[in-house]
Amino acid sequence: MTLAGWIQIALFCAIVLALVKPLGLYMTRVFTGASTPLSPLLRPVERGLYRLAGIDERHEQHWLTYAGAMLVFHAAGFVLLYAILRLQGLLPLNPAEQGAVAPDLAFNTAVSFVTNTNWQNYGGESTLSYLSQMLGLTHQNFLSAATGIALAVALIRGFARASARTVGSFWVDLTRCTLYVLLPLCIVYTLFLVWQGVPQTLAPYAEATTLEGGKQTIALGPVASQVAIKMLGTNGGGFFNANAAHPFENPTAWSNLIQMVSIFGLGAALTNVFGRMVGDERQGWAILGAMGVLFLAGTAVTYWAEGAGNPLLNALGLQGGNLEGKEIRFGIPGSALFAVVTTAASCGAVNAMHDAFTALGGLIPLVNMQLGEIIVGGVGAGLYGMLVFVVVAIFVAGLMVGRTPEYLGKKIEAREVKMAMLAILCLPLMMLGFTALATVLPAGLAGPANAGPHGFTEILYAFTSAAANNGSAFAGLSGNTPFYNLTLGAGMLVGRFFVIIPALAIAGSLAAKKTVPASAGTFPTHGGLFVGLLVGVILILGGLTFLPSLALGPIVEHLAGSAGQTFAAAGG
Amino acid sequence: MAHTPKSSLPKSSLLSAGLIGPACLGAVTKLDPRQMVKNPVMFVVEVVAAFTTLLFVRDLVTGGQDLGFTGQIILWLWFTVLFANFAEAVAEGRGKAQADSLRRTRTETTAKLLAGPAAAPGGPRTPYETVPGAGLKVGDVVLVEAGDVIPSDGEVIEGIASVNEAAITGESAPVIRESGGDRSAVTGGTQVLSDWIRVRITAAAGSTFIDRMIALVEGASRQKTPNEIALNILLSGLTIVFVFAVASIPSFAAYAGGAIPLAVLVALFVTLIPTTIGALLSAIGIAGMDRLVRFNVLAMSGRAVEAAGDVDTLLLDKTGTITLGNRQATEFRPVRGVTPGTLADAAQLASLADETPEGRSIVVLAKEAHGIRARDMGSLAATFVPFTAQSRMSGIDLDGSSIRKGAVEAVIASLEAAPALVGTGAAARVLQPRLDPAAAAEVRAIAEEIAKAGGTPLAVARDGRLLGVVHLKDIVKGGIRERFAELRRMGIRTVMITGDNPMTAAAIAAEAGVDDFLAQATPEDKLALIRREQAQGKLVAMCGDGTNDAPALAQADVGVAMNTGTVAAREAGNMVDLDSDPTKLIEIVEIGKQLLMTRGALTTFSIANDVAKYFAIIPAMFVGLYPQLQALNVMGLASPQSAILSAIIFNALIIVALIPLALRGVSYRAVGAAALLRRNLLIYGLGGIVVPFAGIKVIDLAVSALHLA
Repeated sequence: MTLAGWIQIALFCAIVLALVKPLGLYMTRVFTGASTPLSPLLRPVERGLYRLAGIDERHEQHWLTYAGAMLVFHAAGFVLLYAILRLQGLLPLNPAEQGAVAPDLAFNTAVSFVTNTNWQNYGGESTLSYLSQMLGLTHQNFLSAATGIALAVALIRGFARASARTVGSFWVDLTRCTLYVLLPLCIVYTLFLVWQGVPQTLAPYAEATTLEGGKQTIALGPVASQVAIKMLGTNGGGFFNANAAHPFENPTAWSNLIQMVSIFGLGAALTNVFGRMVGDERQGWAILGAMGVLFLAGTAVTYWAEGAGNPLLNALGLQGGNLEGKEIRFGIPGSALFAVVTTAASCGAVNAMHDAFTALGGLIPLVNMQLGEIIVGGVGAGLYGMLVFVVVAIFVAGLMVGRTPEYLGKKIEAREVKMAMLAILCLPLMMLGFTALATVLPAGLAGPANAGPHGFTEILYAFTSAAANNGSAFAGLSGNTPFYNLTLGAGMLVGRFFVIIPALAIAGSLAAKKTVPASAGTFPTHGGLFVGLLVGVILILGGLTFLPSLALGPIVEHLAGSAGQTFAAAGG
Repeated sequence: MAHTPKSSLPKSSLLSAGLIGPACLGAVTKLDPRQMVKNPVMFVVEVVAAFTTLLFVRDLVTGGQDLGFTGQIILWLWFTVLFANFAEAVAEGRGKAQADSLRRTRTETTAKLLAGPAAAPGGPRTPYETVPGAGLKVGDVVLVEAGDVIPSDGEVIEGIASVNEAAITGESAPVIRESGGDRSAVTGGTQVLSDWIRVRITAAAGSTFIDRMIALVEGASRQKTPNEIALNILLSGLTIVFVFAVASIPSFAAYAGGAIPLAVLVALFVTLIPTTIGALLSAIGIAGMDRLVRFNVLAMSGRAVEAAGDVDTLLLDKTGTITLGNRQATEFRPVRGVTPGTLADAAQLASLADETPEGRSIVVLAKEAHGIRARDMGSLAATFVPFTAQSRMSGIDLDGSSIRKGAVEAVIASLEAAPALVGTGAAARVLQPRLDPAAAAEVRAIAEEIAKAGGTPLAVARDGRLLGVVHLKDIVKGGIRERFAELRRMGIRTVMITGDNPMTAAAIAAEAGVDDFLAQATPEDKLALIRREQAQGKLVAMCGDGTNDAPALAQADVGVAMNTGTVAAREAGNMVDLDSDPTKLIEIVEIGKQLLMTRGALTTFSIANDVAKYFAIIPAMFVGLYPQLQALNVMGLASPQSAILSAIIFNALIIVALIPLALRGVSYRAVGAAALLRRNLLIYGLGGIVVPFAGIKVIDLAVSALHLA
C-alpha cells in the first residue's frame, strides 16, 4: 500500500461525495416533475413521446399496475433482444459478418442485459455485430438502468407519500429518467471518452501488419457511447471481451478514475433524492453513510491484500504487490478500487482479472455481491435493496424503543416484513442453491479452470454475480455452456424480479399508510447509531449466510496460501 | 413507580416452586405438533429433532458411527423444544394461578327472576321465581336484595344499594350502585350488602366479566397480536434463509471431497435459526398481559397492550387525574389595612360549619398558616347561614357580628344593599353597610388575578366591611408534573380534558405541565379531538367512566374504562381498570412499551448470537476437509465434536436463562428513544455478540472435562 494509492482512493471518494448533492437535486426535480435547466429543450420531446405512445402523464399507477407495466416492458425487451441476437447474421451493420448467436447463449445474453446484469458469456468483438451491440445491448443498457432508477423512485414515493393509492407512473418515470438523466450525461461522457482515446466508429475492424509481418485484426466500433452507459447505468457489459481492461474501453488513468466515479455517481446521488423526497436530507446521508462504511472497509481489505501480494511468491523472494491480471496503467490501487466499486455497485465492468486477485482481495468483491449489492449498488437497485434491509433492521431493533417499528413515520408491519424477507430470501436461494447444484453435477464441474477452493470460488462467484445482477466474472469459469447459460440466466431473472416486485409491494403498502409525526419517542434514523445498526444487520443477516461457502472458498485458500500450500490441478 | 396497586390476585414470585411442576408437565404435553405449529421456529426444531431421532434409532439397530455424539446432539435438540414449551407453560401457569383464585369467587348463585309487571321499574317486587343463576338470559330482570350475590353482569334499572366488589377489585370498602347515572353497572359474583336493586341482565352465563377475566388471564383467548405476527414472519424468513445456508453445505463438502454428518448439519441449523426469541415469544406476550392484570388492569386483547406502547397522545381528565378532586384554600389575600390574620380569623369562623371540602380546607389553612385553632360552633353560640343558590354566600352570625364569604360579586352586591338588622336580643343592632369603593376595587383586582391563575376567588366580609379574598385552588397532584415531563421524554403528548373555562384550564394546564388542554369539553369535543389526532396518524389513549364517554372510549386506540363506570363504558373500552384510577393510563403505556421492548431486545440478542455460533461450528465442521480452517477456531474449543455440542447446549440453555427476563420484561426508562436504543443495542446487540463466545467456551471446558465429546 502506498500513500499515492490512498490519495487516489480519497480523491475518488471526494469526487463522488461532491456529486451527491447537485445530482440529487437535479434528479429530484426530474422525478417530481419540476422544471429543470434542460426542460425547454427536452419537454417538447417528452410530450411528443407520450402522445406517440398514448400515455397520459398525469395518470399515476397503483403498485400492481406499475409492476405489471414494468414486467410487460421487460418481456418485450427480452423478446426483441433475443430476436436481434438470433437474427444478427441477416441484419445490417455487421461488417465482421458475425453469425447467429446460439439459442442458449442468446437467452443468457438477453436475460443478462434486460436484468441490468450484463454477464458476458459472449465475447463482444467475436460474437456480436455492431447492430446487436448498438440496438440490442446499448438500448437495454439505457432501459434496464432507467428501470432500476424508476423503481427506486417508486419506493421512495412509498415512504414520502401518505394515504396514497399510487406510486407514480412507470412510463413517465422511465421516459424522464432516460431523457433527462441518462441521455444528457452519456453524451457529455462519450465526448470525454473519445477525447481520452476511446474509438467511436461504424467502420469495420482495422487490419494491421505487425512488426513480424503477421496480420492482426484490431476490433473497433461505436465503443465510447456504449462504455458511457455501461458505466453510468451500472450495466458493465463491455464492448470487448476484456471489458474495461481493454485499452480501447479504458485507455488512461483519467478515464479509469472517471469510469469509477460514473459507476457510483447516480447510485450515490439517489440517496440524496431519497432524503429530499422524504423531506429530510439527513435520512439520505445516513443511508449513504452505511454504504460508505461497508465500502471503505472492503476497499481497505482488498487494497491491503493486493498490496501485500501473494504469500507464495513473497516466500520466493518476490517482493511487491500482486500485479497478476492487472493493467500497469491502473496499478494496484486503481485495480483494487475498481474491483470493489464495480461489485459494490451492480456494474460488473472489470479492469483487472478478479480471478487473479489474492484470495482475500477476491473475497471482498464476492461479499459485496452477496450482501445484495447495496453498497451504492446498481442504479436504483442499490437503493431499493438497501431500503429492504432498512425495513428489516428497523423491525428488529425498532421494537427496542418500545414502539411498533417506524421508519420515516411509516409503521413497519407484517406486510412490509413479509415482502422484505421475500426479497432477501431469493438471493441466497439462487447463489447457494445453484452453486450447490453446480458443485455436484458433472455439467457444473466442467466449468472451473482451477481445482480446489479456487475452483469452488469460481463457481460461487458466477452464480453470485448473476443473482446479484452484477455481471462481473471471476473469469476462469467457462460459462458458455448450456448448463451455465440456463442456470445463470435463471439466477439473473430471480435475482432481479424477485427483489423488484416485493420492493414495489412495500412501496404500495407504505404509500397507503398514514405518516406518523416524529416525536421524542420515535426511533431516530439519521444518526451514527442507525448507521451502525444497519451495517450490523446487513453483515449478520446478509453476510453470515454465506460464511460456510466463503470458508470453503477464498478463506481456506487464503489460509492455505499463507501456509505455503497450493491445490493441485484436477479434472476441471 | 410510586403507584402500588391493590390486588386480590396472588402475587407469585417470578418462578415459584408451585409453578415449576405443572410447567414441566406442560412442556411435555405441548410437544403435540398441532400446538407446536403455531410457533413456526420451534415447530421446525421439533420436526428436525423427530427426524434425526428416527435416523438415530435406525443407526442404533444397524450400527453406526459416533452414536454417543449424535445421541447427545439429539438429546439437546429435544431439550431446546422442551425449554421453549417450559417458558410458555410457566407464563401460562402464572396466569392460571390468578384465574383459579377468580374462579373460587364465582360460586353457584340463584337468582330471583322477575316477570311481567314485576320486571318493570317501579313495579311490585313480588312475585319472583327462584332460578339458577346459570340459566339467566340477556334481558332478564332480577331482584337482588341485601345479602344476595348478583347472579350475572347487569345494569341497575331501579334502586340503590351498597355492593361489595372485593371479588374483582380486591377493595373491601363497599361501593354504591344505583340506577341511572354513571354507576349503574353491576358485576356478577359481587354481593349486595344493603338495600335492594332491580337488575337487567346484560351478559349470559359463561360470558360475564369474571368469565372473560378468567379466560384472559389464563391466556385461553389469546390471539397473536399484529406485531407478533410480523415478528413471526421475520423469524420464519430467517429460518428459511438458514435452510438454504445449511442445505447447500453437503454439495460444497462433496466438492471438497468429504461429507458432513447429518447430526452436525442439524446442529448448525438449529443453532442458527432464531430459537431464542422463537422459544420465548409467546411467553413474552402472556407475561405482558399478566403484568397488566397484576396491576389490576384487564386488557381485552393483546392488541390493546401493544397499542398502549404506541400511544402518541394521552387524553386525561383534569379532575381526579391531574388535580385532586376538590379545590382547596391556599392563600388569604387581605385588602390594604387588614392583616392576613384578621382575614384568616374571619374566614375560619365563616367556614366552621361549612362541611364542604372547600370550607374545611379554609379551616385547615387558617390553622396551618396563622395558627388559628378550630373553635366549637356550640360554645360560640353562633348561627350558621348556609349557602343558597340565590345568595351565593354562606357565613355565620355571632356576638352581633356577621361574617359572609362567597362569590366576589355576590358579596360586594350584598354590601351595597340596605341596612339590615343583625343579631338577636341584646346583641341586636343595625348594620350599616359601608362599602368602601377602594376596597371593592382592590378585591376585584385580586379576584381577577386569582382567576387568571386558574383559582377560584372567595370574598370575605365582616360586618359590612370587605376584608379580602380567599384563594381556592385546584390542587395539582404531587409529582404529576414530573410524570408529564417523563411522558414528554417518551414522546407522548398529554392533553387535559376539563369542563372549566379556557382561562382556568390554561392556568391549570400550565401548572401541571400538560402539553395541551381542551376546555369546556363536551363528549362530542372529546370524540372530535380523538378523530383529529388519529387523522394525523397518531394513536390516542384515554380513560372514562360515563355512558357519554363510550363513543370516545370506543374510538380511542386504547380506551381504559373505570370499573366503577357504566356497562356502556366498560363495553366500549378495550381495557378495564379495576381500581378505577385514571392515573394508571401512564403505567399502562409503560407496560405496553416494555412488552414491545422485550420482544425487540430478545430478537436482537437471538440474531446477534449467530456470530459466535458460526465461529464455533464452521471450523469444527470443515476442519476435516481443510485442516487450515482450524485458524477460524477463535475460541480455541477443545475438539470439533465438543465445539458443536457446546454450541447446541448453549443454544438450549440460553432459553432457560432468559425466561426470567421474558417474564419480567426489559426495564423501561423514560428517556428519549435515541438513548433507549443506544442502551438496548449495547446490552442486547453487542452483548448478544459477546456473551455466546464466553458461554460456548465455558460449556466447551465443561464438556471436555466431563469427556462428553
